[in-house]
Amino acid sequence: MAVHVYFEDVEVGTEMPAWSRTTGLMNWNRYAAVNDEFVPFHMDDEAGRRAKNEQGAFGMGNLRYAYLVNALRDWIGDEAEIREVGCQYRAINQKGDVLTVTGKVTEKKTVDGEHLVYLETNVVNQNGEPTCPGHAIVVLENRPGDAS
Amino acid sequence: MHERKGVWGNTRTSPPIAESDIRKWAIATYWPEPPPPIYWDAEYAATTKHGSIIAPSDFNPFAWPVRRSGPNAAAMRAAMKAAAAKRGADAKPSDKPSGRPPRRTTGMNGGQTDTYGAPMRPGDVISSRSRLLRWEQRQGRLGLTLYTFTETEWTNQDGALVRRRISTGIRY
Repeated sequence: MAVHVYFEDVEVGTEMPAWSRTTGLMNWNRYAAVNDEFVPFHMDDEAGRRAKNEQGAFGMGNLRYAYLVNALRDWIGDEAEIREVGCQYRAINQKGDVLTVTGKVTEKKTVDGEHLVYLETNVVNQNGEPTCPGHAIVVLENRPGDAS
Repeated sequence: MHERKGVWGNTRTSPPIAESDIRKWAIATYWPEPPPPIYWDAEYAATTKHGSIIAPSDFNPFAWPVRRSGPNAAAMRAAMKAAAAKRGADAKPSDKPSGRPPRRTTGMNGGQTDTYGAPMRPGDVISSRSRLLRWEQRQGRLGLTLYTFTETEWTNQDGALVRRRISTGIRY
């Protein structure tokens, strides 16, 4: 069973492993296909420009959100829980952007027997610009044999 | 729009979630890397605490409806109508339309906060209901912009909460 991180392994300031994708129509069309999200400005450069993005078609906010979820899942493993994820879409995801999910632990505490870890998250582009500030809460397991 | 504030809309029900829906979702959102086996390998998933394949938290079981309408669409139409009416009311007499069609607006996803409960699994049937929480208009980078805040609640066939989303819609 895949457990990637235990509650004891993280402290305030601990950073999630960076999780990256180079984005473009190959990613966006696949996401449109599964989420039924065939919005013209995600598919067509002219439609993107009509929506006031000079560079043309641009990526879905929901796909950036999926990247956040995937980065969290890959970090915590299958046995832990993703309890909350939130973000705001502050910048456009342009074709060719390399998006990297980042996360840093801001708090950890045990409430009603659950080991909660709070993170500040973002999705930054290849220029280091934050595009999607957010937060997450995950529920981690204790390391086996640790009763704390 | 005021009449809709805080009022739950009609409940929608998803088709049963199929294993292949989950697999394709995971492939698309992990592309070009392969997704983790918890999303596609039933034999492996049976060894985890979940006991079966689960869907990624962001999985949408309501994709590909046969009929395209719902409480969110109704709320957004109401918001657009109210915003258009306000634009008309705020306009100077010389700005009032004279037989011209109203300006077309663009809608965008401003973000969301999701709180998760029970994971979604193959065979689950998800119910959804939404309500408009509040809205505000302000001048943004792209002109007068309407922000709507909507709550959407998903439960599974056992009545367990699957997801509560507070989403921000943007229209300019």
